[in-house]
Amino acid sequence: MTGQATLIRGAAPYGEEPQDLLLADGIILATGSDAAADSRAADAEIVDGAGLVVLPGLVDLHTHLREPGREDAETVESGSAAAALGGYSAVFAMPNTDPTADTAGVVEQVYRLGRDVGLVDVFPIGAVTVGRKGERLAELAAMAYSAAGVRVFSDDGDCVSDALLMRRALEYVKAFDGVIAQHAQEPRLTQGAQMHEGEISARLGLTGWPAVAEEAIIARDCLLTDHVGSRLHVCHLSTAGSVEVVAAAKKRGTAVTAEVTPHHLLLTDERAVGYDPVFKVNPPLRTAADISALRAALADGVIDIVATDHAPHASQDKETEWDNASPGMLGLQTALSVVIETMVLPGLLDWRGVARVMSEAPARIGRLTGHGRPITAAEPANLVLIDPEARWTVDGAALASLSTNTPFQGMELPGRVVATYLRGRCTADAGVPAGH
Amino acid sequence: MTTTTAPTPDLVVQPSAITPDRVRLPRHLLSAGDLDRVTAEHVLSTAERLEQAIAGREVRKLPTLRGRTVVNLFFEDSTRTRISFELAAKRLSADVITFSAKGSSVSKGESLKDTAWTLQAMGADAVVCRHSSSGAPQQLSAWVDGHVINAGDGTHEHPTQALLDAYTLRRHLGALEGRRIVVVGDVLHSRVARSNVLLLSTLGAEVTLVAPPTLLPLGVESWPVEVSYDFDKALVGADAVMMLRVQRERMSGAFFPTAREYSRSYGLDERRRALIAPHGIVMHPGPMNRGMEITPQVADGAGSVIVEQVANGVTVRMAVLYLLLSGEIEQSGGVA
Repeated sequence: MTGQATLIRGAAPYGEEPQDLLLADGIILATGSDAAADSRAADAEIVDGAGLVVLPGLVDLHTHLREPGREDAETVESGSAAAALGGYSAVFAMPNTDPTADTAGVVEQVYRLGRDVGLVDVFPIGAVTVGRKGERLAELAAMAYSAAGVRVFSDDGDCVSDALLMRRALEYVKAFDGVIAQHAQEPRLTQGAQMHEGEISARLGLTGWPAVAEEAIIARDCLLTDHVGSRLHVCHLSTAGSVEVVAAAKKRGTAVTAEVTPHHLLLTDERAVGYDPVFKVNPPLRTAADISALRAALADGVIDIVATDHAPHASQDKETEWDNASPGMLGLQTALSVVIETMVLPGLLDWRGVARVMSEAPARIGRLTGHGRPITAAEPANLVLIDPEARWTVDGAALASLSTNTPFQGMELPGRVVATYLRGRCTADAGVPAGH
Repeated sequence: MTTTTAPTPDLVVQPSAITPDRVRLPRHLLSAGDLDRVTAEHVLSTAERLEQAIAGREVRKLPTLRGRTVVNLFFEDSTRTRISFELAAKRLSADVITFSAKGSSVSKGESLKDTAWTLQAMGADAVVCRHSSSGAPQQLSAWVDGHVINAGDGTHEHPTQALLDAYTLRRHLGALEGRRIVVVGDVLHSRVARSNVLLLSTLGAEVTLVAPPTLLPLGVESWPVEVSYDFDKALVGADAVMMLRVQRERMSGAFFPTAREYSRSYGLDERRRALIAPHGIVMHPGPMNRGMEITPQVADGAGSVIVEQVANGVTVRMAVLYLLLSGEIEQSGGVA
């Protein structure tokens, strides 16, 4: 395949020395002075990268694309567009669809839908248990060896709370280097839970979701992971106590990785005042003290990655009583800006760090070989161009998702995605997804 | 029969020492915390004036809200609160519509928002909302132009209950500054407790909450109250004791082992009743579980003002409706 090449002039990889990058045949063909000198540069499309930062294309380990089943909230196509516009070249799609992605057939369907849309590589996550009911293991090996090549398994939305079942899952996925991504929520401690349990829940009369319900499961799972010698990933870690539990486990050598969402880095439980269900999410928004701990943990590596938990919901599932509303928030198009706001601007993370937590580490956890790669010659041309100086105001209706449930509505955030490249092809150009 | 329709000068609010712009009620009454001290006292004194005004009438009705529509929107059964609001609105000559969730479009899956829009289209001036979900009246207030009055939402608040309790307390104890009031029972799930804590502390009373630790919310430390697990000790010399209803279904959540054990530790019997101040009163928002949180002897005995609370509920709700809606009346050219 020899299509037109792209020459990005003077963009700064990792925010360091600006240089030229020549993209052709799906890879970074040449960098620096070699780029413009290459014969393919002659008829290349020229992109002015002056003042822009270039990072490896972002990888989201935690996305809900809602297809099959809730195509009114999101589709693989609309979610892929949101991902491309957010700077992503790969997303992992959670299995809580209808039908559940718990068989080779469903994961292959999602994988193919993603490939047909072509804006972002869609890697399905397989359910750990049949129907995510927490009763018996789904056919994990069949999904692993399917065309979708599933390596990440999760019952996200629900916790694999049965300790024996969790042990078996952790053991079983060792055969194909899989990882269990646990939604850590002790179900009995969170019956009817609506928001973080604390001063605000007491005042609002909403049933509390105690931090300990997350921390207890993470502690248990780290011990199980040690015991069977497997690999654990903690989804959307949300409390200061969870940070301590993961830090202690890592210190003793547990093969555990953890993610934090952009909303847990920025928003507190105070947002529930007013009862707008756009701020209802699971796990819930926590306190300012938790936010400080999460940011510090992301900076020092106790938390490995940022994952969006992008969760589109149709308006009728959000414009309703708080306790009746579905939990979840849009995230794909705001994640990078929130990370810049909460981590880069305060000096907690440099651009190398952003590349690590939003691209390299999530690709490694998901065992992707074509994403999260260095920005050097011969590597896949999965890149995102960022204008770090730009500021923009979030408007849910203007996002590519079919749903509008962004908790950042009306907020002005730093950093804008100028372009995203998937194997050299521009998938998002100045806020417009390819093919639109 | 002739109905008295003369102007009612006794209803014209006398600002006295209070500056008028400080006694303006919020647009909606969603939380007892929305009322500052001056405003809360203004509601209570307005209730007193209304009670006096109506007491002197042959027909127990004032023309004040004639032509206004008050909708009772009850998503949760509550006969006593519903009829209390209904009577309050009728005594002010408002048109009252009751919209109960059961048997209506709501039980067929209509959303709160669609219900709100329906009421909006019908031109409701005030919506009295009872809902099993905390925060539903506040959400409703964003979707209707009329005034929303929270008549109890989930485990959040019940501000008019707190107002009627404060009204009752004032009648027996005078000013509430420094008065010690013990609130006992299922604080965790009680909207009555939340509203009372806010309003009574605004009015200067000292509130002590007594409950088993399992029925106190985590975060209660931030409330302007004392917390005690020792009912006897808390009762000594108290000016009032307010018993909360304990729902038997809480036992299935293992909040306490048995009704008998609860009753022993946190029930109000005659021995405990004798511990409060001689002038002290016994309150209960109803409906009571006789024999559970309160013995029949105490409920019906000396110092019990439980029945009076019900009567005061109508008066206080009249004051709330009057104050919320009369602002508009003034704007549109004076009382009819």
